[in-house]
Amino acid sequence: MSLDTTPRAPAAPAARPAPPGPGDGRTVTGSVLNVFTHGFLLTWAALVVIPLAWCVMSAFKTNDELLSSPWSLPGALRWGNFADAWTNAEIGRYFVNTVIVVTLGTALTLAMGATVSYVVARYAFRGNRLVYFLFVVGMTFPTFLAIVPLFFIAQSLRLADSLPGLAVVYAAYNLPFAVFFLTAYFRTLPTSLSEAAFIDGCGHWGTYLRIMLPLARPGLVSVGIFVVLGQWNQYLLPLILQSSPENYVLAQGLANLAVSQGYAGNWSALFAGLTISIIPVLVVYLSFQRQIQGGMVTGALK
Amino acid sequence: MRAGSLRFVVTALAVPILLYGVLVISPYAQSFYISLTDWNGLSPERTFIGLDNYARLVRDDVFWISVWHNVIAVLVIPAVTLALGLFFATMIHVGRYRARGGGRGVRGAAVYRIVYFFPHLLSIAVVGVLFSTVYDPTGSGLLNGALGLVGIEPVNWLGSKDTAYPAMLAVIIWLSVGFYVILFTSAMSSIPADIFEAARLDGTTRWQTFWRMTLPLIWDTVQVAGIYLGIHALDMFAIVNVMSAAGGSGGPDNSTQVLGNYLYITAFQNSEFGYATAIGVALLLLTLAFAAAALRLTRRERVEF
Repeated sequence: MSLDTTPRAPAAPAARPAPPGPGDGRTVTGSVLNVFTHGFLLTWAALVVIPLAWCVMSAFKTNDELLSSPWSLPGALRWGNFADAWTNAEIGRYFVNTVIVVTLGTALTLAMGATVSYVVARYAFRGNRLVYFLFVVGMTFPTFLAIVPLFFIAQSLRLADSLPGLAVVYAAYNLPFAVFFLTAYFRTLPTSLSEAAFIDGCGHWGTYLRIMLPLARPGLVSVGIFVVLGQWNQYLLPLILQSSPENYVLAQGLANLAVSQGYAGNWSALFAGLTISIIPVLVVYLSFQRQIQGGMVTGALK
Repeated sequence: MRAGSLRFVVTALAVPILLYGVLVISPYAQSFYISLTDWNGLSPERTFIGLDNYARLVRDDVFWISVWHNVIAVLVIPAVTLALGLFFATMIHVGRYRARGGGRGVRGAAVYRIVYFFPHLLSIAVVGVLFSTVYDPTGSGLLNGALGLVGIEPVNWLGSKDTAYPAMLAVIIWLSVGFYVILFTSAMSSIPADIFEAARLDGTTRWQTFWRMTLPLIWDTVQVAGIYLGIHALDMFAIVNVMSAAGGSGGPDNSTQVLGNYLYITAFQNSEFGYATAIGVALLLLTLAFAAAALRLTRRERVEF
């Protein structure tokens, strides 16, 4: 097993086998190359899968089994560990909190981001460039620079330690990214459609909401995938804003659990909690694999 | 302008600009001022102390250790991730153009793509908790358990000063590589196949093909990926906060301390908000310096195809 290989081991393309000579021996070198190719590709696949599979397997073990050997199979499929993590270790609450915050946060981000982008892309008004610049410049600053004042602002506006409050903060910090991508997207849409809508008597809001927004759907989906993942991932903002445990999000609650279970020695609940936070992502990913990969890769290639 | 345009513009922008201004722009603007005060967060008064916080920063050993760790992350993470990403993407792509008659990549390319991408979707904090158990100092951890099979004594990965930070860098690389494999495979497959066919007829070696053709043709993508990775490598907060000893101390003995975590501790554990904000300004400067350097260093002639 190549588990002890650090991820650094295969040194870039240097490890590639010799090229085939022109013409002769093509199939022989071809199959040698294939063995090498699959050897390397499978090694990395194993490095990715084994920690995750090990975590899921460990979630079914008792504490004693966990401490005796990392390789032994669980004596039985102990679904009780999951119930324990879900209720006693509060993973269920954190999970629901996260879903609420990410859903609300993403909806707010897309609603506000699309509106700003549409206006900036389609209306020539004084200060148009300034508005665009103001939003986009937010992408260049590290969030760390803002957290100290943000902590106090959020408290005075009662946004701290509340789930909707956290969603609003998420949305505000995701706006630069959403505006940057969606403005570019709205610029590519044909103007003739909105002209026609105006002639047919749609107002400004009507044209935006009924004609242009549906047209921007592919762009919204791409940005939406990034925003959902980013907010699902968020650790810094909840850490400073959510002070009471009943408002923790999953990443934060799990990190907290890791520290406290370390003392309590209840490892099976920790593994079950980890599994609960990994599996839904895996399921969603496998169901929408094409859209997610496609959306993220084209987003990055543009 | 159509009738009512201005009213529409104003009503549409009002809420987003207000929220963004209050929650994002104003904290950034305030922080520059706060970094010039000795504010402790508890009392309302902030005494203006000029550049004292910055003078203290220059003499602060932990600050420089953190900067050094951030710099290591910015150099190591993009370099290793890009090298591995290009390597695996080439492996997948080479199989693709070798399969004459329009094959769809090496056998199982679709499976590789699905598996490789997955870590990218996990929350970094969750991955941090997972790898804390993988790196468990006893033989019951995954890594030490595996080493035990070949007779190596358990290593205290996260508890020893020499291994803790490299172990964390490895985790970031573990979760980053897959995305770039997919990204580079996509970029490579958008290069017209007849270019590679022509090169093959001219008898170029694979090595030459990679360095002279593939890499220059996807250079824009690699460059953007490198800058993106570097800026993210300046963070390191979640992983250090979750994995370092004693609940995110940046330990053992500051051997994993990074600017983000040092800032967090200074502000929210020591209540030195003025000083913490000065660390934030330093992090901003480091980010800008990295972006400027990266753009200068990676400038290359663009190849059209």
